[in-house]
Amino acid sequence: MNSPLDDTQLGSCVHCGLCLDACPTYLETGNEAASPRGRIHLMRALADRRLSAYAPVRNHLDSCLGCRACEAACPSGVPYGALIEATRPLLEAARPAPARFTRRTLGRLLSSRTPRELGWAVVGRAAGRGFVDRLARRTGSLALARLAALDPGPRPRLPDVFEPPGEVRGSAILLTGCVSDTAFRATTRYAGRLLALGGIRVTVPNHQGCCGALALHLGDDRAAEHHLAALLSATAGPHADWIVPMAAGCSAHLRHAGRHLPDNASAESFARRVIDPLALLAQLSLPAPRHSVVARVAVHDPCHLVHAQGVAAEVRRLLSTIPGVTLVPLSESEVCCGSAGTYNLTEGALARRLLARKLSHVAASGATIIAAPNPGCLLQIRSGAIRDDLPVEVVHPLELLGRAHGI
Amino acid sequence: MTASNLARALRAIVGDDGVLDGDEALLVYECDGYVLERGTPELVVLPRTPEEAARVVRLLAARQIAFVPRGAGTGLSGGTLPLDAPVMIGLSRLKAIETIDVRNRRVQVQAGVVNLNVSRAVKDDGLLYAPDPSSQAACTIGGNIAENSGGPHTLKYGVTVNHVLGVEIVLASGKVVQLGGATEDLPGYDLVGAAVGSEGTFGLITRATLRLVRAPQAFRTLLAVFARVDDASAAVSAIIAAGLVPAALEMMDTLILQAVEQAFGAGLPLDAGAVLLIELDGPEAGLDDEAALVETLCRRCASREVRRAASEAERALLWKCRKRAFGAVGRLARNYCTQDGVVPRTQLPEILRRITRTAERHRLRIGNVFHAGDGNIHPIILFDERDNDEVQRVLAAGREILEACVALGGSLSGEHGIGVEKIAQMPLLFAPDDLDAMLRLRRVFDPDQRANPHKVLPDSKSCIETRTPRRQAAM
Ligand SMILES: Cc1cc2nc3c(=O)[nH]c(=O)nc-3n(C[C@H](O)[C@H](O)[C@H](O)COP(=O)(O)OP(=O)(O)OC[C@H]3O[C@@H](n4cnc5c(N)ncnc54)[C@H](O)[C@@H]3O)c2cc1C
Ligand code: SF4
Ligand code: SF4
Repeated sequence: MNSPLDDTQLGSCVHCGLCLDACPTYLETGNEAASPRGRIHLMRALADRRLSAYAPVRNHLDSCLGCRACEAACPSGVPYGALIEATRPLLEAARPAPARFTRRTLGRLLSSRTPRELGWAVVGRAAGRGFVDRLARRTGSLALARLAALDPGPRPRLPDVFEPPGEVRGSAILLTGCVSDTAFRATTRYAGRLLALGGIRVTVPNHQGCCGALALHLGDDRAAEHHLAALLSATAGPHADWIVPMAAGCSAHLRHAGRHLPDNASAESFARRVIDPLALLAQLSLPAPRHSVVARVAVHDPCHLVHAQGVAAEVRRLLSTIPGVTLVPLSESEVCCGSAGTYNLTEGALARRLLARKLSHVAASGATIIAAPNPGCLLQIRSGAIRDDLPVEVVHPLELLGRAHGI
Repeated sequence: MTASNLARALRAIVGDDGVLDGDEALLVYECDGYVLERGTPELVVLPRTPEEAARVVRLLAARQIAFVPRGAGTGLSGGTLPLDAPVMIGLSRLKAIETIDVRNRRVQVQAGVVNLNVSRAVKDDGLLYAPDPSSQAACTIGGNIAENSGGPHTLKYGVTVNHVLGVEIVLASGKVVQLGGATEDLPGYDLVGAAVGSEGTFGLITRATLRLVRAPQAFRTLLAVFARVDDASAAVSAIIAAGLVPAALEMMDTLILQAVEQAFGAGLPLDAGAVLLIELDGPEAGLDDEAALVETLCRRCASREVRRAASEAERALLWKCRKRAFGAVGRLARNYCTQDGVVPRTQLPEILRRITRTAERHRLRIGNVFHAGDGNIHPIILFDERDNDEVQRVLAAGREILEACVALGGSLSGEHGIGVEKIAQMPLLFAPDDLDAMLRLRRVFDPDQRANPHKVLPDSKSCIETRTPRRQAAM
């Protein structure tokens, strides 16, 4: 078998080490095998067959968050994200059958609609309730805190279309992905209304399904392709100027749709239209917000937004338009919170350490509101804050903007 | 004592995850930023505190086991290559900034603290840790001290040795000694000065007290474009001769301009023979006059254009290009290796001509990005490690360039250290008596040579002729 790892991509790493301190897992462990340069070294050893994908090799590569902070730090242009994606199926193939099965099932459960909705029907009743909140604090359970951190559901369904109040300046398709139509319905609604306020006609297709990023993260490249192809056909209807996924992980993934489905004629043009809702809002001229939000706000920068798409200043610019908001800095704002897709579920110990690191910076920032522009991060940081009883509110910036605009 | 026994004893000190002995983990530590030679240690130990580090060294001392220290592994001379040193001690977990004394302008840090994090920690107080190696976002203070690292701004502010007030070293015997201290200019011999640049051969540095400087009030950052390298070199001399002390005076040639332009798209001129990046800093008053003078001098040396950074963002972009130039070279070739010779400033045109000839003779591509103000050259030789013949030509070219530096009245290393890379050339620079005196100094600290053996000073084992280049070459 030929190695699926691209030799030129691997070779573009000159071993300078400038990426080390950008890597959350290296920062936490100090172990170079859990650093970008170390992982590339391991990938190269796999490609050259100096090593096989035995358990410790897999552990070091599995513990990669896929946050791509290293890519942003690398002067040599090493496409780390593409390399780790190409490596993951190799790891899956080498995994013992039971573990492979569990991971695959996890990926499929999370990314298919029926089990998710059934699950939400149960979970949604407890979500965001005060008693869960108190129980989480008393027991110190992160799982309970996570439940308490969800948007209290059930809510009226999202409309199919958000119509602009005035002149129509463009059109967008809102992608709710795996969780945003249920667990984050309120945030999604704000996204639709804000974009409409900016003159964008927003449609929310039914049965759009998962984008495939989750499956890819778990090394299931076939399932990932399948999901992506299905999403392309679900959104193939009337043309839209923008494709707006609610989660940064989805937009980061979908911007490379062309690479993932090279044979699909529409993938490349689809990929070019993908944009995060905040990045799009920053390009629109919104009216001045009518209500003030008096708060010291610190922004957490989600990996898939700041490292994969270079979106950070936009969020702060939008928030600073809100009367009463004082932006304060958050140390290591661009270091991963440990949520990272399914990382939370598969690499619990390191995920908890990264969360603790994030929460200590949150506490030190003196902010009264943490703005987290991505559902996964929002849930992770909010649940930590609930469990540890921190005096901060953890909110999606879309919600802050929504409140300020009174919509 | 068997390896697994040793591992168990070390784990009792540093915790289970602090000892790495799996093949895959050791492989990752087989080289640093210098990739031409590789070798894995038998164990890597990652202590969590200076005290644990001292206990580790004591345990090794009791069993007479040699060790090699490692910071972030950004070194460019192979200093972390284990030669007869079974144990590597990684300082990556010693990350605490222990005390910040703003009024006396000093900090005490642990050895694994990343250079840039020192300046970040004191930024709000208007202070700065001046030595700024281009690797500063990753390299550690321990590594900086071991290598006596410099950086673009050392032209004005001096190198690491000028900014270290005291160090705590765990000698190979396990004894912890404090050299220097919080006060400046202690009477007696300057032992801190001797320890800075010792490349790990005196022992393990675990803590340091560093001097801070006031962050400059204002900057002027200029980019002067020249058609010929010779003209740029002449401008360097003219600026210094005029009595100016720029904070930085850096040169980049065509090949490097191509790489950084590809990487960062800063709008650098791709048709230029060389550019100079010149920074003036200090109190706002008078800076504009100095900048105007620099501009005049450059134009007099046939500079076709002098640009000025108009904002902090433009300044940051220019520095990004310069500081990440080594890495950006990865876009032009699979591997690079960089030399670090020094020549008297007046010999810059001559050494650059000789480098060009060396490149032609060995059919290699060589780019230059360097601290022109200090005469500290960094020819970057591009190659592909899979081509063994080319690797041999790279080694030969590197030796030739260093010999030329010494012949022109210069030295082997400005800041990257001797490591294993340049050890064979030490006798070019030093007489046997000098080397012997240095060996005796080393033995005061490390009589049995168990701290980073076979480095810096040539011995029968370390000499490149007897070492197979790329000892574990199967990459
Ligand atoms: C892209 C790039 C740019 C660079 N730019 C510059 C530059 O501008 N100026 C410059 O001077 N250098 C530069 N370097 C070289 C390198 O970054 C420096 O030498 C740096 O000081 C090494 O620090 P480190 O923590 O990575 O040390 P390592 O590479 O881990 O070790 C270097 C040496 O120090 C010893 N050592 C490390 N820590 C300790 C300790 N705690 N106690 C005792 N010995 C120790 C090691 O044994 C080894 O001999 C650059 C390197 C790269 C890759
Ligand atoms: S990934 Fe980039 S930054 Fe990291 S070691 Fe390789 S070349 Fe250097
Ligand atoms: S993707 Fe993130 S976790 Fe993985 S190596 Fe890069 S910086 Fe580290």
